[in-house]
Amino acid sequence: MGDAEPLVRWDWIGRNWPSIQTLLVDHVIMALVPVLLGLIIALPLGLASVRWRLLYQPTVSLMNVVYSLPSLAVFIVLIPLTGLAERATVIIPLTFYSLAVLIPAVVDGLGSVPDHVSQSAVAMGFGPMRRLLQVDLPIAVPVVLAGLRVATVSSISLVSVGALIGRGGLGYLFIDGWQRQFYTPIVVGIVLVVALAVLADGLLVLAQRLLTPWARARRTA
Amino acid sequence: MITFEGVTKRYGDGTVAVDNLNLQVPTGAITVFVGPSGCGKTTSLRMINRMIDATEGRILLDDQDVRKIDPPTLRRGIGYVIQQSGLFPHRKIVDNVATVPYLLGWDKKKARDRAMELLERVGLDLKMADRYPFQLSGGQQQRVGVARALAADPPVLLMDEPFSAVDPVVRTSLQDELLRLQAELQKTIVFVTHDIDEAIKLGDTVAVFRVGGHLAQVADPSTLLAEPADDFVEGFLGRDRGIRRLSFVSAGDLAVRSEAVVPGWSVALDEDNRPLGWRPDGDGAGLQPFGTVDLKKDSLRAALDAALLAPSGCPIAVDGDGRFAGVVTREALDEALTRATRGPSDG
Amino acid sequence: MNWLFDFFGNGDNWSGSDGIPMRLLEHIEFSVVALLLAMVIAIPLGLLIGHKRRGAVLVVVTANAARALPTLGLVVLIVLLVGVGTTWPVLIPLVALAIPPILVNTYEGIRGVDEDLRDSAYGMGLRGGQVLMKVLVPVALPLILLGLRIAAIQVVATATVAAYVGLGGLGRYIIDGLATKDFPSTIGGAVLVAVLALVVQLGFSLLQRVLVSPGVSRRAKVR
Repeated sequence: MGDAEPLVRWDWIGRNWPSIQTLLVDHVIMALVPVLLGLIIALPLGLASVRWRLLYQPTVSLMNVVYSLPSLAVFIVLIPLTGLAERATVIIPLTFYSLAVLIPAVVDGLGSVPDHVSQSAVAMGFGPMRRLLQVDLPIAVPVVLAGLRVATVSSISLVSVGALIGRGGLGYLFIDGWQRQFYTPIVVGIVLVVALAVLADGLLVLAQRLLTPWARARRTA
Repeated sequence: MITFEGVTKRYGDGTVAVDNLNLQVPTGAITVFVGPSGCGKTTSLRMINRMIDATEGRILLDDQDVRKIDPPTLRRGIGYVIQQSGLFPHRKIVDNVATVPYLLGWDKKKARDRAMELLERVGLDLKMADRYPFQLSGGQQQRVGVARALAADPPVLLMDEPFSAVDPVVRTSLQDELLRLQAELQKTIVFVTHDIDEAIKLGDTVAVFRVGGHLAQVADPSTLLAEPADDFVEGFLGRDRGIRRLSFVSAGDLAVRSEAVVPGWSVALDEDNRPLGWRPDGDGAGLQPFGTVDLKKDSLRAALDAALLAPSGCPIAVDGDGRFAGVVTREALDEALTRATRGPSDG
Repeated sequence: MNWLFDFFGNGDNWSGSDGIPMRLLEHIEFSVVALLLAMVIAIPLGLLIGHKRRGAVLVVVTANAARALPTLGLVVLIVLLVGVGTTWPVLIPLVALAIPPILVNTYEGIRGVDEDLRDSAYGMGLRGGQVLMKVLVPVALPLILLGLRIAAIQVVATATVAAYVGLGGLGRYIIDGLATKDFPSTIGGAVLVAVLALVVQLGFSLLQRVLVSPGVSRRAKVR
């Protein structure tokens, strides 16, 4: 590799754009599916932890343990089950990471409903289901969305580690660049991953403003 | 009418919050539950709409046992106002007020119209309708809370220390507003407070609770002040019971002299016949302070206060427009005070 | 499970420059240095903006973007730029990874301290710095420690990636095992990293018990 090698060769990007696009799409799918799955699973689990307080500590401890597992390690442990270079091998662990962030977010969100508000809902004759849907969940939205932002951004970043087991979306560009001692793909990969994360985060912030005009202070993640 | 029949609330750990409560809450009047913390007043209130269920005994709402009514249905027919307003932070003011109408399945337009009507009624600017609760002051939120409780026009209103969290000036105006509304609406209101002055001001009937969930005394405010049942009630009522009780005696029976003079003093009036002050006889000393009493509206307490403000020792009677109507002599005042102390509530 | 016996039961894996003790030490060294660097940057910054209440939006937005930085990409790029052989390039991505949680939690912790408490501290005549160190930090400590814990765990877990560019640490077992299809080594390495992360987790729980006042954590039992 000569000293003259520039950080970015624009012509390389132009020539390889179709394959970059394919990687991008793959990356988005592997990053967002876990967050969506995580949200779908975290809602009932979070509700259950609020309903049965005894469940909460074990759930949180378990999630803390899950969160401590290195993604690469989990990818590898899963290979015998789901196969090398398969999407599922990446999606499953990332779903657990999302859960580790989202379950506490759902629990904290429901915990953010002031007691006098739920009391007055009951006193006005809300049944349990209606109270959950019309009062508790809407009020939990800002806190849940804050958790969703963290989960989404982390997930987008973590997908690239999957490249080490052959399926990492844009992470492939890092391996490719390293093996060929070539900066451009690496820079493109980093820029696209960060851009993707910033875009997703921005969309979530926008959703938060639209969904919760009533929230006094914008929550920060 | 709400009737408590031998109602007891006992918790799992053996604590008794309410002990064998027997009480009738009359229709169309304000009944205040008052007492120190831990006396069971809030528990008693919350057993009415079954936020808490009684352990023993029963509560009748117009001859129907509340335990036999499905709680949500029961609650939609009972307005409920609490200390921290309990407004839904995620809904606009108008939708907050329309909550129960929506629950009852009113159509949206009708529910919102009703909500707007009530906002006006509780003295809120209609510009507030599209705001969110956090954009309102504490006093305004409390008004919205009252409007929300009234939205579906329930015959019964439960109010649990609704004005405790606002400053004294706002509290006074909210209390006056409640009395004004009640004069129009004549709801059956159960009002919980730990503030005896609030109880005396608002209650048609005051039920004093003591710690342990026992009823110490039930009476109208005037009787309560004049004849506390025991040392506990007397201590709880605090000082100046005699003077405070005069608030419940009308000044209308005071004898008035139409001449603007008493020995040593004369009343100075402006061209509109409004009093300016007391002028001492003799030398040309300046005008001295005075106090007035409107015999149609004011109480004997106001008359006594007016007497104490003036060096002449006599209240000046005025009409509704503040125009001179006569002078109340010390003899007339004494006579009225004597009459008032003899029989507490014999009119 | 047999893989684990193959790996941990093999005496060769317990000695020498690529033995488990050596690799473990390397891993801990990377992680500790990265965490310390991140603390030196993020804690004062978090204290400052939490206390002065300025620049919060900028910090939170930047921190969120920094969370998105793919460590693998950064490691590869930096090593390509400066050449193999030195350890410090690997630290940059790890420090970048550790800063956001420490910074955001420190800031949130300080900012979240009850307004009345802050006022009464000033009211008693404490100066700005004293208010910060004697009142705000002790009360915010649980959140600050939480940030450190998250950062530490992420660093320990992510430091494995460094092995890909030929650096040491427990990641070597994973990456080398993957390259040579030596599954026992891969799994063994993964287990070691996971155990280390759990130890860190446990360590922080203990630290929390020791450092945080029972009055703040509400650990003090009434009975």
